[in-house]
Parts: sequence; structure tokens; C-alpha cells
Amino acid sequence: MGKILRRTFLIGTAAIAGGVAFGAYQLNKTYPNPLEDDLVEGETTFNPYVKITSDNTVTILVPRAEMGQGVTTTLAALVAEELDVDMADIKIEIAPASYAYYNSAMLADGAPLAHYNRSTMASVMRSSMSGLGKILGFQVTGGSSSVADAYDKLRLAGCTARETLKLTASAESGVAIAELKTESGKVILPDGKTLTYGELAEAAAKLDPPSDIKMRSASEWKILGKSTPRTDTLAKSTGAPIFGIDVELPDMLYASVKMNPRLGGKMRSFDATEAKKIKGVVDVIDITGPEEEKFGGGVAVIATNTWSAFKGVNAVKVEWDKGPYPATTDGIMDVIETALKAGNGDNLRDDGDVALAFADAPRDKVIEAQYRVPYLAHSTMEPMNATAQLKDGRLDIWTGTQAPTVVRSDCAYEAGVEEENTFIHSTYLGGGFGRRGEVDFARFAARVAKSTNGKPVKVIWTREEDMTHDTYRPASISNWKARIGDDGLPVAIDGQIATPSIVASVMARTFPSLSPIGPDNTITHGAFDQPYTVENYRVSGIKAPVDIPIGFWRSVGNSYTGFFQESFLDEVANKSNLDPIEMRLKLMKDHPTAVGVVKKVAEMANWSTPTTKGRAKGFAFTLSFGCWVAQIIEVVQTDDGIKIENVWCAADIGEALDPAIVKTQLQSGIIYGLSSALGQEITFTDGMVEQTNFDSFDAMRINQCPTMEIEILENADHRGGAGEPGTPPSIPALANAVHALTGKRIRSMPLSNEVEFYS
Amino acid sequence: MKLNVNGKDIEIDVEPDMPLLWALRDLVGLKGPKFGCGIAACGACTVHIDGEPTRSCSIAIEDVTGAVTTIEGISNGKDLHTVQKAWIEKQVPQCGYCQSGQIMGAVALLENNPNPTDEDIDETMSGNLCRCGSYPQIREAIKHAATLKVEA
Ligand code: FES
Ligand code: FES
Repeated sequence: MGKILRRTFLIGTAAIAGGVAFGAYQLNKTYPNPLEDDLVEGETTFNPYVKITSDNTVTILVPRAEMGQGVTTTLAALVAEELDVDMADIKIEIAPASYAYYNSAMLADGAPLAHYNRSTMASVMRSSMSGLGKILGFQVTGGSSSVADAYDKLRLAGCTARETLKLTASAESGVAIAELKTESGKVILPDGKTLTYGELAEAAAKLDPPSDIKMRSASEWKILGKSTPRTDTLAKSTGAPIFGIDVELPDMLYASVKMNPRLGGKMRSFDATEAKKIKGVVDVIDITGPEEEKFGGGVAVIATNTWSAFKGVNAVKVEWDKGPYPATTDGIMDVIETALKAGNGDNLRDDGDVALAFADAPRDKVIEAQYRVPYLAHSTMEPMNATAQLKDGRLDIWTGTQAPTVVRSDCAYEAGVEEENTFIHSTYLGGGFGRRGEVDFARFAARVAKSTNGKPVKVIWTREEDMTHDTYRPASISNWKARIGDDGLPVAIDGQIATPSIVASVMARTFPSLSPIGPDNTITHGAFDQPYTVENYRVSGIKAPVDIPIGFWRSVGNSYTGFFQESFLDEVANKSNLDPIEMRLKLMKDHPTAVGVVKKVAEMANWSTPTTKGRAKGFAFTLSFGCWVAQIIEVVQTDDGIKIENVWCAADIGEALDPAIVKTQLQSGIIYGLSSALGQEITFTDGMVEQTNFDSFDAMRINQCPTMEIEILENADHRGGAGEPGTPPSIPALANAVHALTGKRIRSMPLSNEVEFYS
Repeated sequence: MKLNVNGKDIEIDVEPDMPLLWALRDLVGLKGPKFGCGIAACGACTVHIDGEPTRSCSIAIEDVTGAVTTIEGISNGKDLHTVQKAWIEKQVPQCGYCQSGQIMGAVALLENNPNPTDEDIDETMSGNLCRCGSYPQIREAIKHAATLKVEA
């Protein structure tokens, strides 16, 4: 991968420079099956997703990270459906790191296009981006893309294996293929005799698969399209050691890290005298990387147990240098505001003539508002950690990662070993939300492993280290302006969004030698690409130069653009005395899928029935990651603050392969969004993050959790994702509900800075 | 240090100020109790001491005088605990990381209050954070476990 990255370059998630340079050869080549190297006695493999042993154990390899979103169920079901094996009988393994498991859907969805844009030009852009995913061997879990990417690949893997097994059975029995059936891991002959896959596998794996194979149509499905019990529930209900933090190896050491809390700043000096006196502490080492690296300076304390390592990092005295950004939240927000004022953004939407539309607008027909959101931490439930062992030129890494091939190449580089001698053992993830697409935690482990004489070392961050060294969701400031027409509908909308570029930050950490080009469409995703038709309509994304590490946080830009635009449209509707839902329906009339979810949610929530005193409802809609989501939130004023009592959500993702999992993903996304609105913010003083643990950066608790009703519609033409799209509309729906309840228009997150919530 | 964990007396060589959580995880080898915060703010590390739900990250080993039960010790070895069965039936876990703590909280709740209302559940379980937001399923599963218990 390294070479390709240095030669070409793409990105911005947008610009596809170099895209054309990839020849057909690279696009058509296939990666070798990584399972072939590690087969045990009696085991055969047909493709990177299927292994069968002679005792008829069928193992399905899941190429994506399981972080709660159910891929070890739904992706396995795609294979099982075609292979004709029962979900209860299969073994599931997380696939190793390999370019064979590239994700092309995520990059395709990263093209700067609205989901509903299906023009020829759009399809050319999507296919170049997706080709790039393949060429880079981009094995990444993100962008709510797992199902979209796997849908054909994994069904085809199951289908090919099944047909090859039938071919073998035909050769052995003399019965024509057409007369063979398959069921529950067996080939069934016309006379009722059966041959198990296990019996056939060894011979089958030597054959070329038949060429005229056909995948089943949805009407023939037995597993897909219905809710399947998750395959990981038992392990997760018994405390099984399935997470990175649970890894235990013979002779293992433990370590913890302490990096400059002024993010990216250097370490002037450190004094480990006190730390070394702590019982159990083995060593204190400097793990500062090379100059160009973005992680900043810091130390690791190696010990015989986690507690000693934690005490050790607290006891090391360090003199830190300053960070490369303003030292306070105010200073940081000033930089963003200055960028906003300067303008000069990328207009990913620019319909009609916005400047002209405002030039002659009567004052009382213009409405303007400014919104703000803070930095946010991911705060996955399992703090960052990774285990590494470097011995005899071989590096092993055990960790929960959303990007195993990047972990592999970066850690190989850290340890100075070849990629071929670097092995990634992927565990389950105690939450990802984008944070585990980063590689810092794995690189630090590889770095520490260089000082442990071949012994494995588990490097666990304290919660404080995790919270104060995140790759945050960036802060943003946004100006919105509308001209209202005679019928009360907007005839012109101008939205400007200023925020630091996530893509630039990720690239600088991951591929420091490259600079991203073109617009960063994550800045305006969720705003420029919404299904509203307005005659003059411009959405502009402005990059603000703040060098705080930021990254992909559940729903990325949509997490704030949804709040900006949907709050603003609520303001427009209020000013025009229009019902906010009626107004949206008029603006989105060209998009029946959008209209469908909005009408559905209005019906679920009895929107047209007026609420009683002391309660109120708010509405919002966001199309993100191909999923059309409308939500209504009902709040109640109690003596102990405002309580979120009900959430109604209607979502259309096209065909839903597992409706129950899709619903819980939306639910999870909604709670994640509401948690942020209820009180999360990351602030800076003296260059350091002020929130250090769940006492100062909390999330929704069970006693704050509303009753939720979620309906899945399946009318959309194109497949969408489920992991992130619940988040964006939840935040403005709550803000709009709070406005309806209190009359207070809160334009700055979190809402808790201005009203009190029940807690 | 002497400790009784899941019905067994054990002896471990450990600094007396080490929190029970790390003794269990690193020295006893029980990975069920999870580390989330270290300051009794998330509940991921919940175990029972003499039946009382306790944040094992915030009690030093020298202060542990009662019998410790972790999630590994709530089933009788063959059958899952009723609460675990309810968890599976109601498909509670998402990432799963908080769930040992949630289950230990729920087991203790049902011991004290065999038929909890939503309010009882909310009040008792609000110390257990779930970043994946599995709360609606947790409520359902606790109520389901209550009915399973009556049937049993
Ligand atoms: S780890 Fe003990 S309460 Fe969070
Ligand atoms: S299931 Fe992930 S934190 Fe609760």
C-alpha cells in the first residue's frame, strides 16, 4: 500500500487525482486468499470468507470489526444464506488483516455527491472511488458501509463454495448437478442420501468453481430479510474474554502511556525516580516518535500488572512543551470564526443565484442565525489498548481495530519488521464510533514492545489518558441565511460551515508525507446533500486551521450539519408560521423516499394532535450514509428539569437484511446523539482538555432514556447503512422540541448550557 | 492476601492498595469485570461482595472482607443465570463491553426487588453506563428475568 500512496494521490474523500492512473490490471487483479497460509490438518478454504473442516465444521470469516453493530451476524448471514448452512451451526471468526478484505463501498460513499445523485458523472466518480478502495486494500470498518460493501461479495463467496461442493458431489455420485440440493451443510442426492460439506471439502477445494453460478433472489431467502439472533450474545452475556483489553499471554508485561496533554506538543524532560520506586514497575521509557509525527512526546511505564503501570504514569514527572494550537477554547473558536468570516469555502451545493436572491431581498423577509458546536470525545466504553510482541523479527499485535491493514503497515514500520512478518489478531471492540479507526494505540504498543526483550506487553490507557488524547469530533461555527417567499417557503438559503478539516487531520497522522487536495466534503455532508429543493441554495464548507487532532466520530460531519440546517429550517417554519413538517414535505416533494419517512414518523407520533401543556415535540430529518431518517422527540417539563420522554423514528435504508439489528443500530445512534446534546463538550484550558473522565464527560443514563419507537421502511432504491444515521437528526429534533417547550432557541451545543435536563 | 472469589478461597501476592478489579483481572485471571473509568462512574467493573453490588475499581484489595462474586460465578456451571438467559432472549448486548457490569447490577436488583418497575430499574441501574445505548433492551430483559424467576 505504501508505494501506491506515495505515488498517486487522491483524497479529501473527494478529489480523485490519480484515479485515472490505475490501470485495468490493478482493478482486475485479485488478492490471494489469506486463509491459505494458516490451514490446519483437515481444513480447506474456498475463498477468504469460508473454511470447512473434514468433521463438517463450517467457519465464516467476518472481514469487518464487530463493535456492537452486528456484523458478526449480518455479514455471516450473507455467506450462510448462499452456502446453505444454519446460523446456529457455523463458527464465526474475525478475519485476519488482509488486503483481500478491502472495503470499496466506504470510499464510493465518500465521493462528494448526494446519495440520490445517480447521474452518469456520479456513477463514474463512485466507481473510481470504489476502485481505489480495492487498489489500496482498504480493510476499514466505517462510514456505515459494511453491508453495502459485503452484499454481493459475501453472497457470492457462499454461492461459489456451494456450487463447487455440488460439483464435487456430482463427480463422486454421478448425479447431474441440476438434480442436487443443498441444505444445512449437506448436499442431498435425489434418493435422499446426503454428503456433508466436510466429506466433500478437500476434493472440492482443488476444483475451479463452475462458471455459470447464480445467486438466489431475495424471494428465496431463508435467513436474510428476517431478524437473526446475534452470534455474539452468549459471549457478551457471560463476561467472556473477547476484547482487546482481555488478552492474556504467557510472560506478559503490562504498560500504560502518558503523552503530552497539549496534544501534539513535545516533551522537554521527564523524571522517573518516583515512578521507578513503585512496586511492580519494571521500566519507564521515552516513546516520543520522530519530529514529523503528530502524536507528541510522552512516556510509557512498563510493569508487572496494570495497577502498577497506572500508578507509575501518575508518578512520572514531566515537563511538557506547548501545543500547536491556541491554549483556550475561546482562542480556538476565534480561529474558526475568523475562517468563517473570511469565507472562500467549497460550495458543494450552489443552485440558482444566491447572491442575487439576497441582493434585493426585503429585510423582513430575511432570517439569519449562527450556530455552534463544541469538540466531542468518542469515549468508547473500553479505553484504548493494544498488546504487542516483538520477537525474532516477528511482530504480533492483538487489538480491536477498525483498520487492521493500516495497523499492520504502521506497526511494522514502528518495529522495523516486514509487513509479511507482522500479524494482527483482531479482537471484538468495546465500542468504536470511529475512534478505533485510528492507529495510535497500536503503534504505541509496538513501540513499547521494542523494549521488553521479546516479551508480550499489554498497553492500556487510563480513562483519563483516553479522554484527553482522543481524535475529537471538531468544533464548528455556522452561519445560515434564508429569504422567505410569499408562500412562506424559503426561496433562497445560504449556509456556511466552518470547521477544521477531519480528512486533513487524519491524513497528517496516518500518511504524514501526503497532503490532501480538494474540498473536504465531510465538512458539509448532511447539509449540501439533503433532498430539499430550493431555487437558490448554496452550502459552503470552510476549512479552519486549528491543529487539534480530530477524527471520524459517529456520523462525522452530519453530527453537526444536521443540527445546523434542521434547526434553521425549524426557525424558518416558525417565522413563516408554517408547520415544520408541512414545510419540509413541500421542500422535499421531489424525493418520495424522504416524504415517506416524514409522513410515517408524523403518523407514529400523532404529530397533528396538539400536545398538552408542559410537553412539546420537535422534528428533524437527515439523509446520511444512504439512510433516510425522520425523527420526532417529545420532551416534558418536570420539577427536576426537562425530560426526553419519547422518540419516534422512521428510517428507510432500502432492503433491510436484519430488521432487528438495523433498529437497534438506529436506537444506538439516537442515544449517542442525544448524549452529546444533553451535556457533552470538550473544552481547553492551558492547551489541555479539561474533561478527564465520565464524571465530567458523561453520556445518557438509563434513567434519562426515552421510550423509543422505530420503524424501518424499505422503499429506497439504494442500500444505505445503519450504524450512524440515527445520530444526526436526534440532536436538532431535541433542540427543536426544547424550543417548542420553552420558547428558547438554543443555537449552541450542548443544550444543557442553557436549560436544565432531568438527570 | 486472602480472597474468596466465586466460592473458592485463594491467596494472591499483591500490594494491599491494588483495586479489586485489577487483582481479579491481572492476577486471578477473571476478565468478566471490565475497566471503564476507575472512579466508580461507569459500573463496568461491578462485582458482588457478600451479594452487594460493588464497583471493584474503587475498593482496595485490603478492604475486601466479604465473598466476591464475578459474572463468571453467577451461573452454576451448567445453566446460565436467569438474568443471562433474559439478556440473550432480549438480545441486549451491542458492543457488549458494559454488559457484565449491567448483568451484575441486574442480578443484585432482582435479589432485592423481585418485581421491579421501570422507575426501580432506572434508579438502580443509572450508575451503569452503556455507550451503545442498550437501555431499552436492559429494561425489557430485567422485567423478563423477573417473570422467568417466578416461573422457575
Ligand atoms: S471501572 Fe469501575 S465504575 Fe467504571
Ligand atoms: S453494549 Fe456497548 S457499552 Fe453497553
